[in-house]
This record gives sequence, C-alpha cells and structure tokens, in this order.
Amino acid sequence: MTSFNEFVIRFANVNGSGSASANGMFAKAVFRMGIPVTTRNIFPSNIQGLPTWFEVRASAREYFGRRDKVDIMVAMNAETYKEDVNRLESGGYLIYDSTRGRPRELYRDDVHEIGIPITKLILAEFSDPKQRQLFKNIVYVGALSALLNMEFDVLTSMVASQYRGKDKLIQPNIHALELGRNYALKYLPCPMDIQVTRVDLVGDRILVDGNEAAALGAIYGGATLCAWYPITPSTSVADAYEKHASRLRVDSETKKKNFAIIQAEDELSAIGMVIGAGWNGARAFTATSGPGISLMNEFLGLAYFAEVPAVVFDVQRAGPSTGMPTRTQQSDILSVAFASHGDTKHPILLPATPKECFDFAADAFDLAERIQSPVIVMTDLELGMNQTLSEPFQWDDAREYDRGKVLNFEDLEQIERYGRYVDVDGDGIGYRTLPGTHPTKGSFFTRGSSRNEWAVYTEDAQSYIHNMDRLNKKWETIRSLMPASEVEHRNGRAGIIYYGTTTTPMNESLSLLDENGIALNSLRIRSYPFGPEVADFIDAHEKIFLVEQNRDAQMKSLISFDLGIDPKKIVSILYYGGFSISADYIVEEVTEHYVVNKLPRLREVES
Amino acid sequence: MTFVPKPKARHPLLKTNEIGLTRRDYEAIVSTLCAGCGHDSVSAAVIQACHELSIPPHQFAKVSGIGCSSKTPSYFLGNAHGFNSVHGRMPSIATGAYLANKELKYIGISGDGDSASIGLGQFAHIIRRKVDMCYIVDNNGTYGLTKGQFSATNDMGSTSKRGVPNLYAPIDLVSLAIQLGASFVARSFSGDKQQLIPLIKAAVLHKGFAFIDVISPCVMFNNHEGSTKSYSHVRNHTEPVVDANLIMPRDEIAVEYEEGTTISVPMHDGSKLQLRKLSDSYEPNDRVSALTYVQKAQEEGEIVTGLLFLEEDAVDCHDILGTSDTPFNGLAQENLCPGAEKLVQINESLR
Ligand SMILES: Cc1ncc(C[n+]2csc(CCOP(=O)(O)OP(=O)(O)O)c2C)c(N)n1
Ligand code: SF4
Ligand SMILES: [Mg+2]
Repeated sequence: MTSFNEFVIRFANVNGSGSASANGMFAKAVFRMGIPVTTRNIFPSNIQGLPTWFEVRASAREYFGRRDKVDIMVAMNAETYKEDVNRLESGGYLIYDSTRGRPRELYRDDVHEIGIPITKLILAEFSDPKQRQLFKNIVYVGALSALLNMEFDVLTSMVASQYRGKDKLIQPNIHALELGRNYALKYLPCPMDIQVTRVDLVGDRILVDGNEAAALGAIYGGATLCAWYPITPSTSVADAYEKHASRLRVDSETKKKNFAIIQAEDELSAIGMVIGAGWNGARAFTATSGPGISLMNEFLGLAYFAEVPAVVFDVQRAGPSTGMPTRTQQSDILSVAFASHGDTKHPILLPATPKECFDFAADAFDLAERIQSPVIVMTDLELGMNQTLSEPFQWDDAREYDRGKVLNFEDLEQIERYGRYVDVDGDGIGYRTLPGTHPTKGSFFTRGSSRNEWAVYTEDAQSYIHNMDRLNKKWETIRSLMPASEVEHRNGRAGIIYYGTTTTPMNESLSLLDENGIALNSLRIRSYPFGPEVADFIDAHEKIFLVEQNRDAQMKSLISFDLGIDPKKIVSILYYGGFSISADYIVEEVTEHYVVNKLPRLREVES
Repeated sequence: MTFVPKPKARHPLLKTNEIGLTRRDYEAIVSTLCAGCGHDSVSAAVIQACHELSIPPHQFAKVSGIGCSSKTPSYFLGNAHGFNSVHGRMPSIATGAYLANKELKYIGISGDGDSASIGLGQFAHIIRRKVDMCYIVDNNGTYGLTKGQFSATNDMGSTSKRGVPNLYAPIDLVSLAIQLGASFVARSFSGDKQQLIPLIKAAVLHKGFAFIDVISPCVMFNNHEGSTKSYSHVRNHTEPVVDANLIMPRDEIAVEYEEGTTISVPMHDGSKLQLRKLSDSYEPNDRVSALTYVQKAQEEGEIVTGLLFLEEDAVDCHDILGTSDTPFNGLAQENLCPGAEKLVQINESLR
C-alpha cells in the first residue's frame, strides 16, 4: 500500500563530508511541495570524522516528534552501517552505496534494499576530489527524487537560487542530481511505496530554527549589544544576530552600525557587558548554554539584586558538566530559576516553536526593562538548532517598545527627592535613571550590597527585609506579566503538563493515548513564575503527568516551590537520553502507569 | 591621621571652575575607609582633577569591582552615577556601559586584588578592546577589605604585617598594560598629588584606554617596615620619568614656548598634554622601550612613576566596531526595529 507525505527519513553521514547542505536541500524540497516537515540534526562534538545523522520527518498530520525507527535510511557511513540498518522499520527502505558491496551478515530480509553505485557514478563524471566527495550527497538526493516521486524542478530551481552569483557551480550540481535520478529511474523500482505528492498543507508557514528566530526577535526587540562566548548549541544565536543585524541595522548613508557584537573572553564577561549596557539604558543580551549559565551566576544575582535589566538565552544541552554537548535536554531549569547565591530568582520564558522564539525574544527586552531584572529565555538544542515548520514571524508596526520606568530630565525636575528603590506605584518596581541625565538630581550608586530605598548602603535589618520583601512584591508583578500557559481540554480526568520541545511530540502522543482509551487534558507551560491557571489545572485533575527532559523532575520542584503544590500529586515522565523525547516514549510511560497501578482507563470509566 | 589631608577642611574658600562649579560639587559622601588610607588620597585627586577639567560631574560614570578601593567611587562625584559591581569584573561592566553610551566619561576604580588576581582576565581583555576610559588601580599590594592577605602585585620577599615574606613573584600591571596595547599607561603614588592630578586629567581626556597604577598604601595591613607598598618605601624608591602637565586650550601658547626638554602632546579634545622629560633617554611613545625601561627599573628596586607610555590618535572600541554616532541608548525605535515589511521579506526567504 502506498503512503503519501508521511515518513521519517534518516541520512547517516560522516561529520565534515559536506552532507548538511544536500540533506537540507532535500528537506526544503519536500517542504516546498507543500508538506509539513521538521528536521533533526544528530551530530557529535567533533568537527570531522565522527558519525552524524540528519533526519527529516514529513508529516501531513503534523506529527513532528522524533521516532525511534525510521522508514527510509540513507546509509552513507560504513562505521554506523549496522546500527543504521537496525533502525529501519520493518518494510522500510535501505538506500546504500553499492559500489563496493556490503557485508552479508548485515542483510535484513524485512526491508527493501536499494543499492545505488554512488561512488562509481561520481568517479566517472567528476575529477576534482572535493567535488567527488560533495556530490556523493547530491547524487542520493537526485535518486531520492525519483524514488519518492518528487517534482524534480523543485530541486533544480533550489540549486539555481542557492548558487546565484556562483553560476559555475549550478551545472555540476544539477548534473549530480541527474546522475542519481536517472540511475534510479532506469535501474530501480521507482517510485517506492512511500511517496511525496504535492499538497498545500504548509500555507504561509516557514522553515527555520529557533536560534535564528531568537536572533531576529532580539533585533526586532531593539537589542543593540550581543555579548557572548561560543558554546554549542547557542552559538548560532550570535551568528544569526550578526548576519541579520549586518543587513537590518546598518545606516544606509553612514554605513555605521546600530548594533555591536562582542565575542567576550568568557561568559562572566559576556553577562557583565550585558548588565553594564542594561544599566546604561541599552538593550543587550547574551546567548549561552548550561556551562555558561554556571559561570554567569554571580552576575545574575547582582542584576537581580541591583535591579538591572538583562536578557539571556539559554539553549540547553545535556549536562552535568560538559555532559553531552551536542545533545538536547531541559536540565537547566532549576539552575536558571535560582541562578546565584542568596534568595535570588529569575523569570523564565519557555518557547516551544521558532515563532515563539521570535516573539519571546522580542518580548524579553520589554519585560526586562519593565521589571528591571534579568529575563531568561530557555530553549534547547532540539529547538535551537533544528529547522522546523513554524508560523511566519509577525510584527505590528504600531507596537511600541516598553522601556519601563525610566525618569528623564524633565521628570527629575518635577521630583523633590529621588529614591531609586522607593516603591512609588506599589508594584515593587522603582524608577530608574540613566547616567548623565541630570546635573544634580537622579544620580545613585548601583551596588550588589544592601541599601535602603534611597540607594544608600545599609546593613540595617529592617531596611534589608523591607527591600527583600519589595523584591517579592515585584515577583508578583512579574507573575502577572508572564505569558499564560496553554490549556487544552479533551474530556480527560487526568491532565498532562509539559513545556518547551516536549510540545513537539505531544499532539501525536495525545492522539495515540486517546486511541488507547486514555484521554488527557493538557497544559503547556510557557513561563515561570506560573500563572494561576497552572494551579487551577493541577487542582482540577485527579492525576497529573508532568513530562520533562531531565533526570530530576526539575519543573516539578519548581512548581511545588512556586505554587506550594504537593509534589506527590504529580507523576513525572522523564526522558534524559539526550535525543529529543519521542511520542512513543510518552505513550509507553503513561500507559505503563495505568497498567502498573491497575488503574481503569479513563475512557472505560466514563462509559 | 590621613596622609593627604582631606581638602574639605583645607579649602574653606571654594574656587569655581570654568563652568562655575566649586570643588564641593565634585565631592560626595564622606569616606568610610580607614584614616590615612591611600585610596582616599586617590579619591581626592580624582575630585581635584575633574574639577579642574571643568567637566560637569554628571557627565561621568563611575564603575568599580569589590574591595576597599572599589568602594571609593561612592566618595567622589556624588552627582555622577556609579556602579559597584562584583569582584574583578568591573571591566565587563565598563565595556557594556561604554558600548551603550559613548558620550560619558568613564572612571573605573579597582584594586590590585580586583584587577591582578580575580579579574586579571577581564583586565587584559578590556585593554585589548580599547574601551575609552580612565582605569585606576589603587594598588596597595594587599587585600584590604578581607584583612591583609597578599595580593598578586606584592613584591617577592615583601613581608606581611606579621612578618611573613611573600613567596611569589609579582604581576606588574603597568607592564601588562603596555604589552597588551593600552594607549595611555602611567604609574603614580597616592601621596604625590602634584603628579597624580595631572595624570588623571590627562587620562580622562585621553581617547582610548588609559591606565594608572597608583601605589596606594594600606595603613591597616601594608604600611609597615618590610612592605614594598608602604609610604616610606615608595617615597624612597620612586623615580619619576615623565611629568605630565595638562594644559587646557586657552593657555596653550604660554607654555608651548618652554625649554627644549618638553614635549607637547595634543589630546583629542584640543588640549595639550605637556610632558617634561626628567630622564633624557625616556621615550614615552615607544612601547618596547617603555616596557624595557619599566622592567629594568623594577629589577633595580626602583618604582618608575609618571606617564610611561602614550600612543596619540588611539582608536577606541567604537571606532573598531564602526558603531553609530548616536549612542546606543539614545537610538529611537525606528533605528532599532526593522518593521513589519522587512519581516515579510525575511519570512519569504525562509520558505
Ligand atoms: C567572588 C568573590 N570572592 C571573594 C570576595 C571577597 N573579597 C572582597 S574584597 C577582596 C579583595 C580586595 O582586594 P583589592 O582588590 O586589592 O582591594 P583593596 O581592598 O585592597 O582596596 C576579596 C577577596 C568577593 N567579594 N567576591
Ligand atoms: S583596610 Fe587598608 S585599604 Fe582598606 S580602608 Fe583600611 S587602609 Fe584602606
Ligand atoms: Mg588591594
């Protein structure tokens, strides 16, 4: 039986062999035929030589989570060949380079084996060693176009636009595509039972990764300084900021830049620059991952206590320590929420899609200046580094930046006595002044040590407590400003809570569970501190599952800390292997909970 | 006893500067440091220098790390904003602040612990980045605030208050600054305001990174016999090389005709820095010979003070980065936000 527009294909390559652009081209071609897609890069912490995989999931149903098994495997790496063959679904397709044959013992008789003499085809047509290497990848893309029955001109027009200006490269690339395609059409059973056919399910959506989206959000949000230190998987935030700002933020006449990017000497310095700029009235951010957050702790506490705006993107990877630097996890939740010593706490934004990365990035700058405190946008490698289908970015030109409470010269003229930390409005947020505003009014000393409302150093217990309590009052103001969770009802008596990239497989998980008779209402957390809907949701259900991609159920701790909820009420579903959590895993864990505890399936109870 | 008397008591008649402000307008709350602490003399010199420069106090921004020295920005320029940050990280705060607004004058105060130990990395990198500021280290060879541990600038063999000798070779911040590309490098002594005040004035006006290492004795923990950062030791082992004398534009001519031993260096604001060469062989414009000179003297147990290195027409980090003339913190939303139409194009490029 032929299936259309519903498959997972995995490309197994060697790192540094130039496969990324060919594989990306394949994904984009499927997307351009109107099929929803997501991509997943599984790569080692290494520049050249180690295995790397690229996965494309095409899904008309918009099931984008990782699947353990794949339908099509393009096995180009001898070293991982066995593992790759084993990963195929029964009935799947194995595509391999048949130039040199392959070991007998690795045959599987429940899959279709499609050998293409890729090396041989290339050797006959190209003499440049570099091209020979690169075009192997293009050849299998060409072959796939025939095998999957794709529109060939979608691919050729992509080559033409990709190499516009470097016209010499267009013809050889197209030739390599044709080599693969023609071979497949002539010698292979084309098309296969898995096919791509043009539909219009994509609409106006875009294909982009979360890091690029966040960088664009920072540009739209008015960030003028990006200070950073390279670390996977956050580096491409800074790269994308530089790339886009170099086009969008340069004065057309003077050629001068309305932005600066500084590669700092370490993360301490990066966050210090962000805080220095924030103190001085410019919007600034840094992008980092877990190890960088650890280094930024002292400064984040300073910014919390001295009340200086700052925006941090934490693109999480698998810890502890260096952990698995190229694998994904949600394991920085607690270290970010409480980053620094003393009673410090920080608000967190938790986007789940590239569109949300853009929105939350832009919002973070408004929020940070409004609340005069660091705001941390937490994504992860899965969202940050993989291109996925997303709603298009949007900007309302009527939107005005919220620069928060900052007094200018005229304001200061009106004021009898200025006090930086006086809670004039009762929301726990005082008024800032920027250096250089007024000759005699409004200056104050910013410090991480205790001070009274007038910013005068003090170790007086009452003043200290007063200040700490005001910061807690501000925390409640912050709570009211955070984006609310998304709640969906499916007539369930149990609920499931999740956040960030656990969103990706969730629609599939919930459908599968529903088919198994387990209906779950769902709540997607989008920020911390939590809004009242989180407590309401937990209260309204007999049973709550909380799905996280870390070992220690960090969000569960945070919920019980912030809302005073008994953690016993929450059943944790935890995945921390470093790949993104799959729908199958969630389904198995939830189902098992029902089986082990001999609980009636809720649907059965209802009927 | 305070070594350099607090001028507040000394100057009952307060003279106004060119913009009609008295010295008092450049002062701030009273220092809480130990009486006689060298750091207070440095603060007094900063006050005097800024007053003489006739720059409005609120046009300065003061930044510091943590330590007795880093507390001192509270004690000068009360009408300027200050930021007492975390230990050893003032350079990054200064860099961010300067990137946000290049129109203010930045004065950074740090300690030898702050800059030569915990913050050595940031100290090195702010020099590389050429942040336009006056960076002063109140160098007392000890951790004053944590009660007298040796710092990394302490000379080998120099003893602690309890007579224990320091076993490790010192880090010389002046040599480092010259080597790493600072465009203005000076050393002075907190007790020598004749030398220190003109140096601070010149450092404030200098475009680029200006560093002054000020030996500033800690009367509590490092002013005893055997300490090489004590008042008496510094007094007896100082060799001034270049006297800096800042001449404001209006009295430029009168001084330019002085004897041949003087070189006149134009500052970026049109004023001139007048350097009197005390040592004939000394050449403040050559990085290599400046470094050699400083290190030779060090070997002979001499502390060279004065303006040790100066690079005219220095670039600063905004020049390097090619940033807008308008300070970042003054850019309007229309200069920052590319708008909806551009986003439509960006979306299109992602399809
Ligand atoms: C991260 C951190 N570690 C340690 C300290 C404790 N501490 C405060 S001041 C100081 C040393 C200051 O020495 P220096 O910079 O030379 O300043 P001084 O007091 O001598 O002027 C230390 C170690 C701190 N504040 N922060
Ligand atoms: S302990 Fe030393 S450095 Fe600190 S205030 Fe006293 S004299 Fe100055
Ligand atoms: Mg010291």
